[in-house]
Amino acid sequence: MIICSIQLIFFCIKRQLNRFNIEIVHESIETKPGNSLKSRLEESVGVIVSHCYQCGKCTAGCPLNEDMDIKPNQVLRMLQAELPGYEDKLLSSLSIWLCLACDTCYSRCPQEVKLSQVMDFLRQESVRQNKVNPKAKDILSFHKAFLETIEKNGKLNEVWLTLNYKLKTLNMIQDVQKAPSMFFKGKLNPIPSRIQHVKEMEKIFQRISENEGGDK
Amino acid sequence: MKVGFYPGCSLEGSSKEYSKSLFAVSEKCGITLEEIKDWSCCGASAAHSLNHDLSIALPARTLALAEKQGLSEIVIPCAACYGRLAASQQAILNDKAILEKTEKYIDMAFTGNVQLLTVFEFLQKYIFPVADQYIVDKLNQKTACYYGCLLARPKDLTKLERPENPMEMEKVMEKAGATPIDWAFKTECCGAGFSMSRTDLVAKLSGRILEDAAERGADSIIVACPMCHSNLDLRRPEIKKQLKKDINIPVLFITQALGLSMGISAKELGLDKHFVPTGKAVSCIVKKEA
Repeated sequence: MIICSIQLIFFCIKRQLNRFNIEIVHESIETKPGNSLKSRLEESVGVIVSHCYQCGKCTAGCPLNEDMDIKPNQVLRMLQAELPGYEDKLLSSLSIWLCLACDTCYSRCPQEVKLSQVMDFLRQESVRQNKVNPKAKDILSFHKAFLETIEKNGKLNEVWLTLNYKLKTLNMIQDVQKAPSMFFKGKLNPIPSRIQHVKEMEKIFQRISENEGGDK
Repeated sequence: MKVGFYPGCSLEGSSKEYSKSLFAVSEKCGITLEEIKDWSCCGASAAHSLNHDLSIALPARTLALAEKQGLSEIVIPCAACYGRLAASQQAILNDKAILEKTEKYIDMAFTGNVQLLTVFEFLQKYIFPVADQYIVDKLNQKTACYYGCLLARPKDLTKLERPENPMEMEKVMEKAGATPIDWAFKTECCGAGFSMSRTDLVAKLSGRILEDAAERGADSIIVACPMCHSNLDLRRPEIKKQLKKDINIPVLFITQALGLSMGISAKELGLDKHFVPTGKAVSCIVKKEA
C-alpha cells in the first residue's frame, strides 16, 4: 500500500514536471519574436518546418546536392533548430540559388514539405537583406535581366535577354559563336516582339512593388 | 474543332519548331488552335525566384485574357509555362485573399474557369481519337521518352498517374510506331534555366541524361519542353566536352515525332532547325503495314 502510494506520488510529480517542461518549451516558442526567419517563412509559404523528420529523401534525390553548401535536408534542420546565426547562414548560402525548383524533393517527401517554395522564400529574403552569395551573382543577374526584359516588352526576346545579361555580368564572349547559326535557323528575333498593351505590364510590376513597399 | 492556345515566349523564338509541328499535327487532324490575344510571359523561374506575387500575377493576366476571349480550354505545350500557369491558377482558386490581391494587380476579373491542358492531355483528347486514320508511317526506332521535371512534377498540377515513372509519352510513341526504351533518367532535371548562368551545371546534368539514353541504345530522344530541348540540343557541344564523348542522338519534340508518322515532311515539322542533325531519326522511318 505504502509502496503504491509512493509510486503514485512519484508518478504525479513526474507528470507535473513533464507538463512543466512542455510548458517551458511551449513558452519559449511563444515568447520568441514572431518575426524570426522561420516564423515569417511558415506564415508566407504555409509550410510547417517541424513536419520534416529528416529522412533525407530530398537530399538523396536533389540533382545538384553535391554542388550545394547546405544540403536540402540541412536547410530544414537549420530552420527547425534556429541556432544562433542560422538566418545569415541560410540567406548567404549558395544552395538557395542552386535549387532548380525541379520539385523532386517535394514529390518524394513523405510529409509533403514544399521545399522548392521554401527555397523561393529564402532567395527573396536574401535579396531583400542584401545577403546574396557572391557565387550566385550570375544566377541573380540572369533572373533580373529576364524580369526587366518582360517588364519592358511583355514577353521574352532571347536577343534582348542575352544582351541585358551580358551587360550585367560583363561576360561578353560566352555563346557569341552560337548567335549566327541560331539566327540563320530563324531562332533569334533581333527585333523584340512586344505585347500590344505593354503599359499594362509596367503597371502590374509597379502595383506589386508599391504593395510590397506598404507591407514593410 | 477549336482549342485555345498559349504559345509562351520560347515557342516564338528558340523552339519555333515545337509550335510549327504542333500546328501541323493539329491541322492534319482538323483541330484549329486559337491563340490567346495579347498573351504575355508566364514569368518562368525568374519570377518565382525573385517575387512571389509577380509569379502569380503574370500568368493570371494571360488566364484572365483567355477568359475574356471566351476560351474554355487552352493547350500549353511548353512544360515550364504550363507549370507556372497551373500553379498560379491553383494558388488563386485556393485562397480568396490571393484572388483579390491578384485582381487588383492585373486590373481584370479572374474566375479561373479556363481548363489548362498539357501537351499529353491535348494529344489524348483531340488527336488520339482520330490519329489512326492519319498515321501512315512507322517511326521504327528506339526512343528514349524524356519528361524532365515540369511534365512530371508536382503531380497535383501535372495530373500524371505515376510521376516517378510516367508512361504518357510512351503511349504516343507506340502509336507512332516507335519502341520506347526503359531507362533511368526520364524524369531527371536537365538544368533548366541555368542554360546561360551556369552552363557547366547544365552540361553535367544533361550529360548524364544523354549518356544513359546512349548506353541503352536510343536512336532518338523525345521531349515536350523547350528548355529540355535547348539544353540537350543547343548545348550539345558543352555536353560533349563534359562527357569527353561524341554522342549524336537527335532530340525531337513529341509533336515532330508524331508528325513524321503522319507523313508530314521534315521541313514542315521544323526538323531543319535543330543543332544536332535529325537525319538519323528520319532515316529509320518505314511505311506502316496495312
